[in-house]
Amino acid sequence: MSGLLERRRAARPAREAVPVVLTDRYSPLPRKVLVRVIGYGLLALGTLLYLGPFLVQVATSFKTDADAVANPVSLIPSPVSMAAWEIVAGSNPAYSVPVFRWLGNSFVVTISVTLGRLIIDSLAGYALARLRFRGRAVVFAAVVAVLAVPGVVLLIPKFLVLNQLGMFDSYAGMILPLFCDAVGILLMKTAFEAVPTELDEAARIDGAGVFRTFWSVILPLVRPALVTVTILSFQGSWNEFTHFLVATSDPDLATMNLGIARLTAGDLQGSQQFPLKLALATLSTIPIALVYVFFSRYFMRSGSATGLK
Amino acid sequence: MTATVTRETSADRTRPVRRRGISGHLRQERRAGWLFVAPAVIVLVVFLFAPILMAAWVSLLDWNGQSSPFSGDAEFVGLDNYRGLLLDAGLLRSDFMLSVRNTIYYVLFNVTGVVVVSFALALAVNSHVLRGRSFFRTIFYFPAITSSVAISVLFLFLFQGAGVVNVVLSWVGVDGPSWFTDPRGVLHIVFSWFGVDAAPGALADTSLGGLSLWDWFSGPSVAMCALITLTIWASSGTFMLFFLVGLQDIPVELEEATAIDGAGAWQRFRHLTLPLMRRSIVLVVTLALISSWQVFDQVFILSQGAPAKTTLTPAYISYVRSFGDGQFGVGAAVAFVLFAIIIVLTLVQRWVGRERRT
Repeated sequence: MSGLLERRRAARPAREAVPVVLTDRYSPLPRKVLVRVIGYGLLALGTLLYLGPFLVQVATSFKTDADAVANPVSLIPSPVSMAAWEIVAGSNPAYSVPVFRWLGNSFVVTISVTLGRLIIDSLAGYALARLRFRGRAVVFAAVVAVLAVPGVVLLIPKFLVLNQLGMFDSYAGMILPLFCDAVGILLMKTAFEAVPTELDEAARIDGAGVFRTFWSVILPLVRPALVTVTILSFQGSWNEFTHFLVATSDPDLATMNLGIARLTAGDLQGSQQFPLKLALATLSTIPIALVYVFFSRYFMRSGSATGLK
Repeated sequence: MTATVTRETSADRTRPVRRRGISGHLRQERRAGWLFVAPAVIVLVVFLFAPILMAAWVSLLDWNGQSSPFSGDAEFVGLDNYRGLLLDAGLLRSDFMLSVRNTIYYVLFNVTGVVVVSFALALAVNSHVLRGRSFFRTIFYFPAITSSVAISVLFLFLFQGAGVVNVVLSWVGVDGPSWFTDPRGVLHIVFSWFGVDAAPGALADTSLGGLSLWDWFSGPSVAMCALITLTIWASSGTFMLFFLVGLQDIPVELEEATAIDGAGAWQRFRHLTLPLMRRSIVLVVTLALISSWQVFDQVFILSQGAPAKTTLTPAYISYVRSFGDGQFGVGAAVAFVLFAIIIVLTLVQRWVGRERRT
């Protein structure tokens, strides 16, 4: 399914390609105006509803606690207060939140998981798409079966196995289980199947071994799928929460999400310190948002690719 | 490229040797096949299939999370955990039934809401008439890539008693409730408008799973409505993309032909777009259904099951019983019952939504 959006758009590149009867080019003027007013009105309302909360979030992070409670809707902090961000930056000696620890953990886990998935998914995808070996059908069936397992059902089971293996409260326990990525394997398999087999044969006749063929000839041709897997893994492991919740109890291993969740669900109950909490939420959104702003098209392609699930 | 060509000629020269090499290559391929899938298989077996089997075993034990569940220290209790969940009257069963009730309403409202909203968004950003489609697409998809934790914290703020939502509601003269502390069921509130404040005899006396019918018909609590809003808002972007793929699969020629035949926009939507979008709708309903039965993150951060247990969900019970109360057997049993519910519902839903060939 990946790339469908792009391909369709390429097939219908310009507005001119839309048949005139489907546009309102020859509609009577009042009707045309009415349709546009309603259409753009709804889109504007949608934008307000979908973007507004984020604007409130950022604005509130610059407010004082009292201002945040008294004027929740206002997008202009008065007075502008850096108190929340000072705590986040660690420059408030009276109150500290180990944000850099959390960020570091999040980055370590996200980068490891993304690299691991890229390697595991492309190797497995290639073998399932191309290599003839006994048991291939069984492995494929197992990968598809994984899709049917709802993630939340694995909450307790994952804890059990990590506990048994002595990996509870360790980076290994946080990272390795996230290497399970059936969607990624199937995406890579589909991508490899689209590469003509003649290329493998040519490489083989040239004397390249299986790994060499995979690595130097075929892998560079499936770059779009690799980008998709990278985005899905990056986004998935940065946003992951439940797995870290059951895989760790040591505060030093908390990721950004886990830290914020514990802070919100526990220590600072109620309407306390919203500027701080929202500053942290903003900070945790920034890495994803940055990548998204520049690569939104790839994100959406990846998003629609998860329809495989 | 040039290197390939020269090597190809050298391959031609050594053809007889190559022929023998082909069967060697097959052997190499076989070995490579297993080597290539080995990491994936190991990870799946160790962190997915083995845990499920372990959890199946633990769900038959009275195990507190200490020592090893295989050491024999934990008492084997057979199906007691499942019985306590589904049959024996008690706190556990009433909690579980409440969580099932809450989730049923959550699923109903969430799936309906998300299908309507994301379909509308997809139609809007696919419109032939409006400009700036990719800009709006980017905005509507943004919540979908943001972490559920960050969004939950944000919604905790938005839905405060004197928070953004209630202030905006007050602009149109609505006196908003105090969202996260209001356990009243929405249906109960509607009934009370018609003067039905307490349970009519029949509904109060008949009970199902230890919960009276009146309680089953409560509707989602006000607090749950805040959670439903959150989920619809956060997941509609993803489903918009699925609908968009479906919409763009509809041949423009077909739309053109119906338009030339004189069908108006509404008729085209009703008789062309909707029937052709059947597959997309089934896909989105299935995915939304599966994910809403698993709701956990939002509950953990926003409400922890409160108020009056009206936002308790099976996933949250599974977590709290295990990690809070040290009853891992019960937690694992809840997980398996939830698994069964999801599988059965998916099958039912597949069957209802199957393609009917005539």
